[in-house]
Amino acid sequence: MDKNAFGKKCLSFLQRNAVVLIFAVVALFAMIASIQPATYFAGEITTRIARNAFLVLSLIIPVLAGMGLNFGIVVGAMAAQIAVFFGVHWNWTGLSGFFLTALLATPIAMLFGYLVGRLFNRIKGMEMIGGLVLGYCADGLYQLLFLVIFGTVIKIDDSRVMMTDGATGAINTIDLTPNIGSSLDTTPLLSVIEVAFYAFLVFQLAAILYRLMKKRPISWARHGVQVAIAVVVYALTYIPYVEDLLRQERLLLLVLTEFLCLFVLLAQAVRCILALLRKQPVPWKSALGYVIADAIVYGLTYIPAVYDVLVSTRVPMFTYLVIAALFVFNNVFSKTRLGHNIRAVGQSREIAFVSGINVDRTRIIAMIFSTIFAAWGQLINLQNLGTLSTYYAHTSIGTFAIAALLVGGASVHKANSKQAILGVILFHSLYVAAPAAGRELFGNAVVGEYFRTFVSYGIIAVALAMHAGNRLRELRASQNENLRAGPAGGGKPRAALSAVSRGFSVPGRCREGKKLKTSGEGPGL
Amino acid sequence: MKENKIVLSMKNISKEYSGNPVLKNVSIDVRAGEIHALMGENGAGKSTLMNILFGMPAIHATGGFQGTIEIEGEPVVIDTPTKAMQYGIGMVHQELMLIPGFTVAENIKIGREIGKSNFLSEILGKSMETLDTAAMNRDARNALDSVGMTSLREDTLVEGMAIGYKQFIEIAREIDKSNMRVLVFDEPTAVLTEDEARQMLDALQKIVDLGIAVIFISHRLDEVLEVSSQVSVLRDGTLVTSVPASTLTPNSLAELMVGRGMSSEVRSASGPRPDFSKAPVAVRFHDFWVDMPGERVKGIDLEVKEGEILGIGGLAGQGKLGISNGVMGMYPSRGCVEVFGQELQLSREGDALRHGVAFVSEDRRGVGLLIEDSIENNIVFSAMQVKKMFLSKKLLFTQQDRHAIREHGKKMIDLLDIRCTSGAQAVGRLSGGNQQKVLFVSEPTRGIDIGAKELVLDYLHKINREEGVTIIFTSSELLELRSICDRIAIIAGGKINSILKPTVSDAAFGLAMSGIKPEGGEEE
Repeated sequence: MDKNAFGKKCLSFLQRNAVVLIFAVVALFAMIASIQPATYFAGEITTRIARNAFLVLSLIIPVLAGMGLNFGIVVGAMAAQIAVFFGVHWNWTGLSGFFLTALLATPIAMLFGYLVGRLFNRIKGMEMIGGLVLGYCADGLYQLLFLVIFGTVIKIDDSRVMMTDGATGAINTIDLTPNIGSSLDTTPLLSVIEVAFYAFLVFQLAAILYRLMKKRPISWARHGVQVAIAVVVYALTYIPYVEDLLRQERLLLLVLTEFLCLFVLLAQAVRCILALLRKQPVPWKSALGYVIADAIVYGLTYIPAVYDVLVSTRVPMFTYLVIAALFVFNNVFSKTRLGHNIRAVGQSREIAFVSGINVDRTRIIAMIFSTIFAAWGQLINLQNLGTLSTYYAHTSIGTFAIAALLVGGASVHKANSKQAILGVILFHSLYVAAPAAGRELFGNAVVGEYFRTFVSYGIIAVALAMHAGNRLRELRASQNENLRAGPAGGGKPRAALSAVSRGFSVPGRCREGKKLKTSGEGPGL
Repeated sequence: MKENKIVLSMKNISKEYSGNPVLKNVSIDVRAGEIHALMGENGAGKSTLMNILFGMPAIHATGGFQGTIEIEGEPVVIDTPTKAMQYGIGMVHQELMLIPGFTVAENIKIGREIGKSNFLSEILGKSMETLDTAAMNRDARNALDSVGMTSLREDTLVEGMAIGYKQFIEIAREIDKSNMRVLVFDEPTAVLTEDEARQMLDALQKIVDLGIAVIFISHRLDEVLEVSSQVSVLRDGTLVTSVPASTLTPNSLAELMVGRGMSSEVRSASGPRPDFSKAPVAVRFHDFWVDMPGERVKGIDLEVKEGEILGIGGLAGQGKLGISNGVMGMYPSRGCVEVFGQELQLSREGDALRHGVAFVSEDRRGVGLLIEDSIENNIVFSAMQVKKMFLSKKLLFTQQDRHAIREHGKKMIDLLDIRCTSGAQAVGRLSGGNQQKVLFVSEPTRGIDIGAKELVLDYLHKINREEGVTIIFTSSELLELRSICDRIAIIAGGKINSILKPTVSDAAFGLAMSGIKPEGGEEE
């Protein structure tokens, strides 16, 4: 019986994670077939995570809001490109240029997000197809703007961004290298910490002033502790070794791994000590698990092959920090009142409405968030690429980001930031490996090129189908579970389930039934 | 009771949908701390009245209503559910309004979450507050305790809970609202088992003890008379009467609602009960098992004689619903079922239909009806698919015979007095040709009003006696079973406990349902 239960657990794990597992296998196979060194992949994937992860993370909030996979992020990307266009024209450079561009892109994205939200409120339940078509429609308007309006209505006389010699419109490819190219990637953490430290002090001061003005109570102790912590952290950067590390633009993956291991160790220690202090049960078991895993990871760095990868890969720290910030934001946000309302709306608009939540407004806010994040994500993407392909940069953003999210195990109804990150890694592994694998296997890199285009669209279809299957299975399993737990509930099949199951032929249902029989309690049939 | 002040007063409420009056000058007063029953047949206007009270958009999208609503003597305008909530009007919905992915506490506090302010929320407003889960759980705990759900944990997900629990969570949510004045219960016991219904009625009492007025809508007359202090009866959009419950009996209340007396006792007495002992066997079950979740059938042997009405009764969850669903192939089954000596291939969908067996499912929305198709088409659908009736061949293509369908549909609509979407619709389908020899009917009267119920039972009785259709009638209402069945099989624990005559005592039925074999009164 025990063995059986374990087997069932494994099976259900495989079923639930089928999309991720299949994709991991395919990607691994492509990597092996491509006969490229691991260092090559590590470098490429590190870059591509920096490029793409933010965009994929921008998809999370609409899923929570029940609006499915937001193909409308293309519009956010357009907002970013408009801002980049002007940024180049006005000669914004470096990191400050990047932030100015982001600042310019934000209100545009807000407006676009609002409009998309309005549209999606009119086509509830069809947001995905609506977003896809909207992307194409917006592409037309975008071309109108860049080909016709710029240059005729809005006179721009700048050969860096506009066609010359009598041709109209913006040029095909705008070089970003002298402007915001790599600005985020090459910013050392040291400057970030310095700026953040002073910004934090200003922020604290502002907070105190604001509260004084509004005559709200001020917790001096809290402010004091916060400032003290900030000062300590800042002081740490004056230690020569730390300063040296932070001065590097791209940190070595080896160093990063070591620090992460150390961090996990410290975090577990703090967790246990806190539990002891609060007289709560100490989570020894899970802490020990973390420590062991930690030790294994650290041990792995001593394997020569792994070591080679770790010392040859450099991580753009600031970009990763920004991605981490959105990762954290997505998680914290869902615990705020607004985030909670978004989740409520996502699960049932009707119930949310009856509970006094303004459904339409909430959905629009979700779209605005997503569109702004998409715009910022596209900016990160562009600064990494170093060029703006004026007419094409946005076209496949939506499909690629969505494919990546799906590969990570997300579905139309459920997605989280972890799945987004996992998806980006897996998706880009295949993306990097496919052309080389094609060259090795078929003697032609183009085959791999075709393959990855086919794959990125194929994934969306396959993942959606597999998730639909999983959903059906889960529905059945949960129903069985309920009814096994107690005889309450009248025993009529849920309308939703019977509607789904009617779509299947009888033999299928019987097979399903037999499975239930052997697993069910009591005398099996 | 009398000295309690009036919290809610709806005065001269009239409402029409596109020229069709559904409420005519209805006035009701609801007092604090009373259970006010609102009775009426389907379509009498109860739901419309409650929708007006709750400010549902459906009302205001169709031109609003006439009349005034007063809360504690003050005239108010309620045009959105949010407004209704602000005035302290709450509703426990028949279709449960809970979010499965949220915990019990999150569902109870929905729309009224407790937030912890942070600096961001001080600037950007309350929407950026983080939620105070501990405080929310505490409130939810109190609310749950006050309706008697002490065993239900507040931090579990609602997903997958039994329907009875969900109903209590709904109630706890309404209780938790601090300004709650009037709480509307729309058929709260319809989906509950006997035990849960009892618990629910106890909870109602606890709620009125808190000084909240309750408007109680139910089809179960006995329970209405048991708990409520005032009863208002609506019929065809007008208020028939509003009297203290103590002045009414189930019979008089039913008369007020329907405008005609009940005939259930009369029917079973009409005509001599035929003797079926010599009749051939119409359906034989042999070691029949069905794996219908929650209604498992664990091996029954049963013979149904041709021309009889066999009742199948029992408590919810004991397996009575599984039998008919198994025969029709809705759920996997094992064993042998013979119809007039021919064995059914249970795994083949529709095999039972081909053998002249028809089925009215208890799940009318999911299984029984093509909700989006017309009433006429629903009525003839099975007959078209299985018996190839109502079809005509024109130009090589088989087509629906529109004219015949219309004629037949009209006949059935008159006969069964179908008003838009009453449950009688499903039974109407059976008439698709009257060619079935065996009919499985599962809970045909669930969720429909007394008037329609009578029509359905009359019709079943008629096709049985006049056309000789063998009927296997599954119902959770004993009264109904006893009114038309020749024999009643009581299912307990997935097995047949005993087969009883409809005339034996209530006690015998009670014992059989609880799984104890009653002494005597058994057939054969």
